[in-house]
Amino acid sequence: MNSEIFNTLIDALSGTLLDILPIIIVLSFFQAVAIRKAIPHLKQKIIGLGMVVLGLGIFIVGLEQCVFPIGSQMANQLTDLKFLAGNDSALIETLENSDQMDPGIYLWTYIFAFLIGFSTTLAEPALIAVAYKARDITTGAISAWGLRISVALGVASGVTLGVYRIVMGNPLHYYIVAGYAFLLIQTLFSPKQIIPLAYDSGGVTTSTVTVPLIAALGIGLASNVPGRSPLIDGFGLIAFASLFPMITVMAYAMITEKLSKRKEINEPS
Amino acid sequence: MDIAKLLFSKIFSAFMDVFPIIVVIAFFQLVIIQKPFPHLDQTIFGIFLVVMGLFIFILGLESALFPIGEKMANEFALKGNPWWIIFFGFALGFSTTIAEPALTVIAGKAGGLAAGAGAIENTENSVASFVLGLRYTVALSVGLAIALGVLRILKGWPFIWFIMGGYTLIVITTFFAPQEIIGIAYDSGGITTSTITVPLVAALGVGLATSIRGRNPMLDGFGLIALASLSPIIFVLGYGIFVYGVGS
Repeated sequence: MNSEIFNTLIDALSGTLLDILPIIIVLSFFQAVAIRKAIPHLKQKIIGLGMVVLGLGIFIVGLEQCVFPIGSQMANQLTDLKFLAGNDSALIETLENSDQMDPGIYLWTYIFAFLIGFSTTLAEPALIAVAYKARDITTGAISAWGLRISVALGVASGVTLGVYRIVMGNPLHYYIVAGYAFLLIQTLFSPKQIIPLAYDSGGVTTSTVTVPLIAALGIGLASNVPGRSPLIDGFGLIAFASLFPMITVMAYAMITEKLSKRKEINEPS
Repeated sequence: MDIAKLLFSKIFSAFMDVFPIIVVIAFFQLVIIQKPFPHLDQTIFGIFLVVMGLFIFILGLESALFPIGEKMANEFALKGNPWWIIFFGFALGFSTTIAEPALTVIAGKAGGLAAGAGAIENTENSVASFVLGLRYTVALSVGLAIALGVLRILKGWPFIWFIMGGYTLIVITTFFAPQEIIGIAYDSGGITTSTITVPLVAALGVGLATSIRGRNPMLDGFGLIALASLSPIIFVLGYGIFVYGVGS
């Protein structure tokens, strides 16, 4: 093990420790003051919490070794006009001098945004946790993969639309307000049981794996697209990535409900 | 023998979680950018670490975070005094958010923006107090949101009221908020719930809904995370209006 990996491991572990420290303080305080009982299986729980810290630490070190450097480099390259225009200098010049952006030139950026949003969400540990919880309490009616794939599709389409917005330079709040309006109307028509879970999945999608890559994409775009400023246009991708999963999870529930109703009609018991 | 089989299946499932990322990165590197991997051995070692880390995290999740959240919910439900658990929800939300590194980063950026826009004095002191104020605003909003969410589970109030009310409030505040704060406000909703807090809060909500008679774990148990990501948006927009002035 070389010293560089060792240093990143120390950094990652102190980061996860900092995450869990307030939790341990709050838990111990309430255990001692409010519940006033010995904790059952204390040893097992301490080992378990240790595994949470260690596992998350190793996970982050691995990401910093293999995913983040290459992913950020890709984000940078795939937002670079020179690369996208295939080094066609005449084309680059017209693009840089025209006020109107040609959104078609960024085709590979959209595809990259979609696929990286989809794949990183599937590996998001917090989402895996919520999906397991949902599967357990519905005794499998909501499958863990079904939920995770719908959330991942939501993040993927959200990030892609967010990239399109940065390319076009449209104001963020038009999209967000329209998105929320759609979401609220959809909520009225979706199965009651799914609503809290759907809204929860908006908050869990964006953490350890997704945020650094999406941020790299946003900053790459805002600094490479002519006329955009990283300070104003770089923000907002995460907002898209939290809004769209709510829509897709409710859509998933609406579709599975329709399918099971149709099945009941076709196969009268 | 059975344990070995179980461990192997858990490692394999962690590998399947990570597999899509490997495919996407490899495809873009080799087919679109058309370059070999710069440090292939380092990349493969990294993938190994990601899979093992996820595997260990999930073991810890199932043996500690989930049972702790459920057990706390259970004990509090038995105690009968609702104030303790509401206070617990607040403390959990506030303390985990104030310590969140991602929030510190985004608050720092917002401070730079505000100073650049001339909304606050461009001195080290006034930027620092803006950043600290923003961090406390977000942490306070997450604490209040979880406390309110716990109260909702105790009372059995419909989740949809909170969502409708919350988003209506967001839409209205957005119209009055200064342009500079809007992007930061919406992003702050997504970063407040960390990977360790989410499973604990989910287990707390579901455990509480399971312990109280007449509550449905799906309808009442979920939703705490949603409220914790919604309220910072309102509070940060409010903070922006307070610092910048209305609609400037």
